[in-house]
Amino acid sequence: MQGEYIIKQISIFSENKPGRLAAIAEALEKSNVNIYAFSIAEANSFGVVRALVDKPDDARSVLEKLGFAVQFTDVIAVRMKDQPGGLHEVAQILGDAGINIEYAYAYSGREAAVLILRVSQAGEAISKIQAAGGSLLRESDLG
Amino acid sequence: MFWNKEMETLRGKDLEELQLKRLKWTISQAEKVPFFKNKLRAEGLSADSIHTPDDVRKLPFTYKTDLREGYPFGFFAVPRRDIVRIHTTSGTTGKPTVVGYTRNDLAAWADLIARNLTMVGLTPEDTFQNAVNYGLFTGGLGFHYGAELMGMMVIPSATGNTKRQIEMINDFGVTSIHCTPGYALHITEVVEQMGTSLPTLRIGVFGAEAWSETMRQELESRLSINAYDSYGMSEMFGPGVAFECPEQNGLHIWEDCFLSEIIDPKTGETLGPGEKGELVITSLSKEAMPLLRYRTGDITMILEDDCPCGRGRRIARIMGRSDDMLVIRGINVFPSQIEHVLLGIPEVGDQYMVYVDRKNHLDEMTIDVEMNRQAFSGELDGLVGLQTMISRKLHDALSLRTTVRLVEPGSLPRFEGKAKRVVDRRGDL
Amino acid sequence: MHSWDPRIEEMPKAELEKVQYRLLKTLVYRLYSFSDFYHARMKEAKVHPDDIKTLADIRLLPFMYKSDLRDNYPDKLFCAPQNDLVRYHVSSGTTGKPTVVGYTQKDLDLWTTSLARALTSCGIGKGDVIQVSYGYGLFTGGLGLHYGAERIGATVLPTSVGNTERQIELMQDLKATAIACTPSYLIHIGEAAERMGVSIQKDTQLRSAIIGAEPWSETMRTRIYETMGVRAYDIYGTSEISGPMFSECSEQKGIHIWGDIAIPEIIDPETGEPLPPGEHGELVMTVLQKEALPMIRYRIGDLTQILDEPCPCGRTHPRIQRISGRVDDMLIIRGINVFPSAVEHAILSIPELSGHFMIEVDRKGSLDDMLVRVEMAPEALSDKINDLINIKRKVEHTLKNALNVAVQVDLSEPGSLPRFEGKAKRVIDRRVF
Ligand SMILES: [Zn+2]
Ligand SMILES: [Zn+2]
Repeated sequence: MQGEYIIKQISIFSENKPGRLAAIAEALEKSNVNIYAFSIAEANSFGVVRALVDKPDDARSVLEKLGFAVQFTDVIAVRMKDQPGGLHEVAQILGDAGINIEYAYAYSGREAAVLILRVSQAGEAISKIQAAGGSLLRESDLG
Repeated sequence: MFWNKEMETLRGKDLEELQLKRLKWTISQAEKVPFFKNKLRAEGLSADSIHTPDDVRKLPFTYKTDLREGYPFGFFAVPRRDIVRIHTTSGTTGKPTVVGYTRNDLAAWADLIARNLTMVGLTPEDTFQNAVNYGLFTGGLGFHYGAELMGMMVIPSATGNTKRQIEMINDFGVTSIHCTPGYALHITEVVEQMGTSLPTLRIGVFGAEAWSETMRQELESRLSINAYDSYGMSEMFGPGVAFECPEQNGLHIWEDCFLSEIIDPKTGETLGPGEKGELVITSLSKEAMPLLRYRTGDITMILEDDCPCGRGRRIARIMGRSDDMLVIRGINVFPSQIEHVLLGIPEVGDQYMVYVDRKNHLDEMTIDVEMNRQAFSGELDGLVGLQTMISRKLHDALSLRTTVRLVEPGSLPRFEGKAKRVVDRRGDL
Repeated sequence: MHSWDPRIEEMPKAELEKVQYRLLKTLVYRLYSFSDFYHARMKEAKVHPDDIKTLADIRLLPFMYKSDLRDNYPDKLFCAPQNDLVRYHVSSGTTGKPTVVGYTQKDLDLWTTSLARALTSCGIGKGDVIQVSYGYGLFTGGLGLHYGAERIGATVLPTSVGNTERQIELMQDLKATAIACTPSYLIHIGEAAERMGVSIQKDTQLRSAIIGAEPWSETMRTRIYETMGVRAYDIYGTSEISGPMFSECSEQKGIHIWGDIAIPEIIDPETGEPLPPGEHGELVMTVLQKEALPMIRYRIGDLTQILDEPCPCGRTHPRIQRISGRVDDMLIIRGINVFPSAVEHAILSIPELSGHFMIEVDRKGSLDDMLVRVEMAPEALSDKINDLINIKRKVEHTLKNALNVAVQVDLSEPGSLPRFEGKAKRVIDRRVF
């Protein structure tokens, strides 16, 4: 099953101005949502805050109640060796398969470094990584 | 210096006779347009009701919105075969205002421009750089034809590429330039940044947007030129309706071609010389598209005393608008046009704000638009694409580049009653 | 058939050649006497005006090149007193400085007359509404066609370029019957109209199109007719010879070059030797009555051939075949001439770039798409996306100002673009016309 490795990333539209990230973080804190990983992509006057959280549906509903535009985006999470060459391994597999990485961010988890990827063909990426002996995370493995 | 001394200095009884004759002709010409025919008939008016030029007050007003109703050819008073040119200008909503010209109209328009340029001291020996938009905008072709009629050397440089404009002024020995006052200041700054000067330039004619005496002093001292104000609107041919003479004290409005009145925009009552109000113009020689008591929306006054140059009636420089029309880099923008565009884009909500600023002497218009929650895909690319699409649609509708900012849903002010969606922060020029 | 000026256009060939010889002789004498440039050129070529004894002796005269215009920037080649000049047009040059063309009132009149004849020969006249969708301003297409259309008494709709949806609305609402634009823009209008749910054939009055300034083909002509119901006529000219001047007649079999206005020759681009009618080579133009910027045997750089047999339309003036290509590396992007050397010149002026670049030209939909790949200089790198976006914008802006046409820019990593030893091949043109 490839589907179990597709992870729901929460993407939040935010204006690029002081206080917006605080507003998002405060909302998540109040509803007891834990953030595993996150990044910000900026473009001119606005950006997209991307996050992996433990309760994506709760996070979405609380942010929407505050008026934010929120979407789920499918990403995959790959375990990397937390040592030199870890990223190279993963990137090489995808590069060889002709799969484009649209964006990526990473966090160092308890057991391993985790690379979050938004790729052009998620299913294809999952099978290539598995075939090469790589290890993917399920939503329940995050944290 | 006069281009058409007889017409430029016509005064008193001779002028009144000519105006009366032409006003009567204009009314009969206007009767060929069903809109005017019905209106005049409803009020029992015809050319015979007019006995002096002042009787123009009996006629009903014509509004910009009336022109919209007539789109596209509803205001033409001649067969379409006799129309040799069409220009368009901003309408109040989706469709532009269409203006048609006969060959005589084009000749009359060029004659007015030639009068204006001659009045400020230009001669066939001068080289004239026309740094405004060509095409449907009347500023470009209007001045081009007038300058060419005088026998000047014309460089149709149009807009943009400021360094190239400056190089051309120096490489070609340009003596006079026509552009918007904002663009002239921008050129000034770039000239100074480039560490160069414009030694051959001696006269600037600036129009299509309001400007002040302070700005005149800036331009005149930094460029070592004489700067003159130009006034007009596409509905009355285009630029050239009124123009400053070397006295630089008010604009001569050409009385053989335009009958001007100042009215109280609220009551429609006629105001006397020295009283500030809305300029209303009746065309006296336009064949293709005669207009009766057209409400220009521009606020000015008729100056009382005579001008030492010997020409006739002057109006003060434009002091503002009686409606919400904005002039951005010389282009007229009605907030209703912006609303019309945004309502046609399902990805954005119906809330928006318009901010007008001046950066480096150029007008900048920024439009904040609320994202529609359903339209957010979660991807940055989608947002950037949406932003570009909105800018393009606004550009298509307004002929103007704007900055569009997507803002979070619910973040813009809500209005009860009349919405104040335009914040003009340009201050005094 | 209807001619604008039947006396000239249908003049017997022998008589026309007499007119041409007389005009050529006058031109050569005038330039030998009054133009330092031509005087020196003729001396150098050891030819005197008296050596021109027949029309065919034109081949004794020296060539004039685009580089002569650049070397004599801006107005050293002008032959009219400054006071008689009434217009300048400016086109992109091969490097930083543009090519400048001056006009006297008579030059403008002849240009307009030439176009009045051309438009009439395509069946356009008073009663037509002509949408001029060429660029106005310094580009010759807009004002040229504008004056020509005005001369024949048509209604001119000066839409200039851009804002395609508005152009289509105006075409419909103002009942345009003819359009002047580039061939690719016409096809683009057709496609955009379709997306808007407008059929050019059924919902507009558009029946003819005067298209030029870039290469096109019979295939495109058929496609335009079949999809839009529009008869397309090829128009030809460059700013150096005044602007667009000559077009096909309603026979659509070659472009009539008005003999009293210009003499076309075809030469071998390598040897400079004249080639006989029917043979393919480089077009060389002598413009007979030009005052401000005279042109004797100007090497335009376009490849074509002369069609010698009489045209069924009855006009006796020679015709040239549709342009088939260029002798140099000049590109035509959406009707604008672009020299790769001008791109290089602009890129070298931007300190954030390494100076290496590649040009890729494609046809996306119906419009030309030019992509310039540039390399960042290592010291200009930034970790902020906005900084990179701003550099990209700066490059786009600089190139647009230099080339007068908008191009796409892609930032490449330092060291990633090909390096060339010897002659660089920086242009990849994937277009099919
Ligand atoms: Zn005066
Ligand atoms: Zn023919």
